[in-house]
Amino acid sequence: MSGTMTSATTPLLDIRDLHVGFQTKDGLVPAVRGVDLSIMPGETLAIVGESGSGKSTTAHAIIDLLPGSGRVTQGKILFEGRDLTTLDRREMEGVRGKLIGLVPQDPMSNLNPVWSVGFQVEEAIRANGVASGRKEVREHAIRVLKEAGLDDADTRLKQFPHQFSGGMRQRVLIGIGLSSRPKLLIADEPTSALDVTVQKRILDHLATLTGDAGTAVLFITHDLGLAADRAEKLVVMYKGRVVEAGPSRQILEDPQHPYTQRLVAAAPSLASRRIQASGGHLESITHETPARSAGVDLIAAGGERSHHAHAASAEPAIVVDHLTKEFKIRGGKGTSKVLRAVDDVSFSIPRGTTMALVGESGSGKTTVARMLLKLESITSGSITIDGTDIAGLNRRQLFSLRSKMQPVFQDPYGSLDPLRSIGATIAEPLVTHNVGTSAERRARVRELLDQVALPEKLIGRFPNELSGGQRQRVAIARALALKPEIVVLDEAVSALDVLVQAQILTLLAELQAELNLTYLFITHDLAVVRVIADTVAVMSKGRIVEAATTDEVFGNPRETYTRELLEAIPGAGLALGA
Amino acid sequence: MSSNTEGRKPTHFVAPPEDTPLAEIDTVSIDEKPSNLWRDAWRDLRVRPMFWISAALILLVSTAALFPYLFTLTPPNSECFLSNSNGGPTDGHPLGFTKLGCDVYSRIIHGASTSISVGFIVVFITTVLGLLAGSISGFYGGWLDAVISRIGDIFFSIPYILAAVVVMSVLSAYRSVWVISLAIGLFAWPVVARVLRSEILRVKASDFVTAAEALGVSRFKILVQHVLPNSIAPVIVITTISLASAIVAEATLSFLGVGLPSTTMSWGNDISAAQVDLRTNPQTLIYPSIALSITVFAFIMLGEVLRDALDPKARALR
Amino acid sequence: MARYILWRVLQAIPVLIGTTFLIYFMVFAMPGNPLLALFGDRTPNPALLERLEEQYHLNEPFLVQYWYYLSGIFQGDFGTSFTGEPTTEILARTFPVTIRLAVLALIIQGVLGILVGLVSGLRKGKFFDSSALAVSLLLISLPIFVIAFLAQYVFGIELGWARTTVGSGAPWADLILPAFVLASVSFAQIVRLTRASVIETKSLDFVRTAYGKGLGRNRVVPVHILRNSLIPVTTYLGTDFGVLLVGATVTEGIFNVPGVGRTLFQAILRGEGPTVVSFVTVMVLIYLVVNLVIDLLYAVLDPRIRYVK
Repeated sequence: MSGTMTSATTPLLDIRDLHVGFQTKDGLVPAVRGVDLSIMPGETLAIVGESGSGKSTTAHAIIDLLPGSGRVTQGKILFEGRDLTTLDRREMEGVRGKLIGLVPQDPMSNLNPVWSVGFQVEEAIRANGVASGRKEVREHAIRVLKEAGLDDADTRLKQFPHQFSGGMRQRVLIGIGLSSRPKLLIADEPTSALDVTVQKRILDHLATLTGDAGTAVLFITHDLGLAADRAEKLVVMYKGRVVEAGPSRQILEDPQHPYTQRLVAAAPSLASRRIQASGGHLESITHETPARSAGVDLIAAGGERSHHAHAASAEPAIVVDHLTKEFKIRGGKGTSKVLRAVDDVSFSIPRGTTMALVGESGSGKTTVARMLLKLESITSGSITIDGTDIAGLNRRQLFSLRSKMQPVFQDPYGSLDPLRSIGATIAEPLVTHNVGTSAERRARVRELLDQVALPEKLIGRFPNELSGGQRQRVAIARALALKPEIVVLDEAVSALDVLVQAQILTLLAELQAELNLTYLFITHDLAVVRVIADTVAVMSKGRIVEAATTDEVFGNPRETYTRELLEAIPGAGLALGA
Repeated sequence: MSSNTEGRKPTHFVAPPEDTPLAEIDTVSIDEKPSNLWRDAWRDLRVRPMFWISAALILLVSTAALFPYLFTLTPPNSECFLSNSNGGPTDGHPLGFTKLGCDVYSRIIHGASTSISVGFIVVFITTVLGLLAGSISGFYGGWLDAVISRIGDIFFSIPYILAAVVVMSVLSAYRSVWVISLAIGLFAWPVVARVLRSEILRVKASDFVTAAEALGVSRFKILVQHVLPNSIAPVIVITTISLASAIVAEATLSFLGVGLPSTTMSWGNDISAAQVDLRTNPQTLIYPSIALSITVFAFIMLGEVLRDALDPKARALR
Repeated sequence: MARYILWRVLQAIPVLIGTTFLIYFMVFAMPGNPLLALFGDRTPNPALLERLEEQYHLNEPFLVQYWYYLSGIFQGDFGTSFTGEPTTEILARTFPVTIRLAVLALIIQGVLGILVGLVSGLRKGKFFDSSALAVSLLLISLPIFVIAFLAQYVFGIELGWARTTVGSGAPWADLILPAFVLASVSFAQIVRLTRASVIETKSLDFVRTAYGKGLGRNRVVPVHILRNSLIPVTTYLGTDFGVLLVGATVTEGIFNVPGVGRTLFQAILRGEGPTVVSFVTVMVLIYLVVNLVIDLLYAVLDPRIRYVK
């Protein structure tokens, strides 16, 4: 099907009608159902899909590293004409590493913490027979790591993984994956755990390395923008099947399958690029959203929000003035060091609008949120909410302040008490603040569930029965129970799949319009900001480096750091028409 | 447009939408019964024979401890005749006689109450002390944590049987079920406190605790309503297993002669008394040993199935 | 690393002071004449009583008494036994025997336990694994003195393979059966712990990556799976040492092994309070030292610990 041969060149990898299943108590559960794809030598192909689409399973099936009870039940995996599914264990060991390299997903968990980095590179080199002899292996390891971008490789060989940053570990893993010059490299979400700017640098570097060596790359990602940026060909997977495959540009510009259309509408990176291309005016974007994509169309959601925001008053709901937070950290030899996590931060958020606080990990953005929520003390500076300085509040005043301002957190699995029913969770604010009779509370819980588009019958259910997106809806309902004016969204959509993320973003925009809420939206993802925020403050190393309206920040960034962040949004290479 | 076949350009493939229908995004599917940790655990336990076997054994031993005369009408201590010394089984005395001519079966039945009482009293002491120490040091932290943890370290650093040996040697005049339980429990609580503390530290970092804080729920209520219920499962497991350890500890101390006075019925005492006749009359030693081992086995097995049911990670090990 | 060692050693000091204080407190803060209590229902030899009174400084205030006792310990004086013989002399005689028994037991439980646990974990759900789980559960449920008598009866009396009591000089061959008995409980725990640890480790990402980079199973299993699984097992060995000490007391008593354990065993049986107290003190000190060593070993095994502190 997709792998129709059009020239005399044979594909390097040719997967035909691949089926993979996992054996469970209830029988064989299929995860991949009839996948066809082929990669030419030196070509880069990306499989795009949400979690559970079968994209990683397909990749792992190629090198026979399916987890647990997974096995190939049907189909062929031809690599240079040889069917990999028929190889025995020893033959497969000869393929892995040597012919097909692997760059895994999470740099934090893919290096063995008890062995030095050098040891782990060297054993790969030795196992694949690239070099032999102590000195030669060592030299090869240093060369490989240097190529991967670890300039001080020779001095850091003896260090352990935990002494490396995430980006550096990913470079080590790339070095290992490419150490024996494989013909194919499987890169399984190689940068999804990293900050965007690091992600961009590493992917650029990977592209140079594989391009120079003529290595074919099979890229696995959930980010359509990223895939299109990095690969010539795309394969879109949905529920274990390939729904669309072809040249990247063609698929992005003219998605044919309804699922692909949905993905294109929901991908923040693409939406943000598209708004960018239109000159920043949401209203001027002419795009026809197919009816199926309703509810996940980010540009539509952004449009709704911006319509509403124009009507909002300019009176500030939150004023943060010269806010500073210092932490004492114990250093060696009994000394203590002062870490300035938040450094002289000032901003204000007009009522009924959204401000995004953007920054990479360790920038101090979450500390700002915690101080705002009075979960962390302030070192100096002030926070004023509705005209009251929150520093001098007594117990009772603080208690009533809490009902005005509620948080929603990132981790959908940790934000709800697993032993409390959904009803009790949403009612907790009402009970704590002694609002209404129990009948009134029940009615309010039902109303809230309706507001976040969840069925009433969930009241007696427990969080473990819900998906991540549904849990976040419950968390939003809990936050809204006391009719707060301000909602602090701390990476509230970052852990969700693209479509679910778009759904929640749409919901948040609707709720804001309906209830005139003020949002402080904390995120590392600038692409999301484009569609949700009115104003943006970019944080780096505890300071706000740039703050302006969203249009200004995106259209005319003044700081290099902001520009770098913007360029790191995947999809930069695409000139998407408005 | 999807039929571009010039050069090496790949074709644009689109799966027929009717073969790959779209599902609603993030639909709520709740067909099964409501479930949370405890309900899931019960569903898991219910179908495991190991659970029912251990529960039945524990019920049996506990009944024997509470109502020994349901099982035997022969008194364990009186009606001993030296003429029966080390005698084999006879009518009404299925397990034979001890060296002093007492009925072995009756002594085993009457010994159950000692083991079970010590087990439960020790667990009560360790749970109360462990819950207090573990909650305070885990939840409130700071200098209290430092002090309590160091005190726990000290008690933990004396193996509790050795500590009980010292206490019981000194208190030789006051040996009773309560004193021996206190001696064991006083040195066994740090295990519970440590498990609870680390569990509380884990739960305390969850976002739902921060969310409750942001709501203005009081610290104590957060501890009682959110943190403890989510931290208690491993404590239940460790408690069940430490009940078994307490029974072993009592038997060991009695066996060493610093446990209960010989007038008290105790499997440890009986095993100790029978050891000299191991060569000639092994059954007087073997029967109380079997009773002891089965009781210990029941509690350990219950602890293991509870661990499987309550800890998803443990379930994966099965 | 040096800082870590120093830090751990410094941390051990308050615990050492605390434990010795606790033992001393248990004995000498009791109502009445603690010495008479130590002798139980027996009347001690007046000369010995006088010496003990002097040794424990009973006429001084409690904290001063404790101070003398603690400084005695630091000078290697663990007190005097019931018969008047200094504890250190008895130790010199009995310690080598116990070491021999302990080494045998540690080899059995460590090597055999880890091996069985590894195979069990790798072959999860197979026959070997199920049997290992069942046997280990059974062993855990049997109190050590029951195992000892069972072994004595089956191997010593019924089968006649081993002697039920250890001969004088405690030759290695005689120690094999007691060593198996002593190791049994910990062996079972180590099997279960290693198994759990192996099952967890083998599904970790870095193991898949190790296969992915071309390593064979013969390399991944020892270098990546077993090596990492040893970390929790090592920590367990530390706490488990307490069980081993009590076990040694019972086992040496039953098999009549002329070691430290039997001395304590007999002292307990005979109600020789002073001997009991000084030997328990010695054992607690050994326990502390062993745990300190295990903690340092832990740092060797896990580089994350080594470099943090």
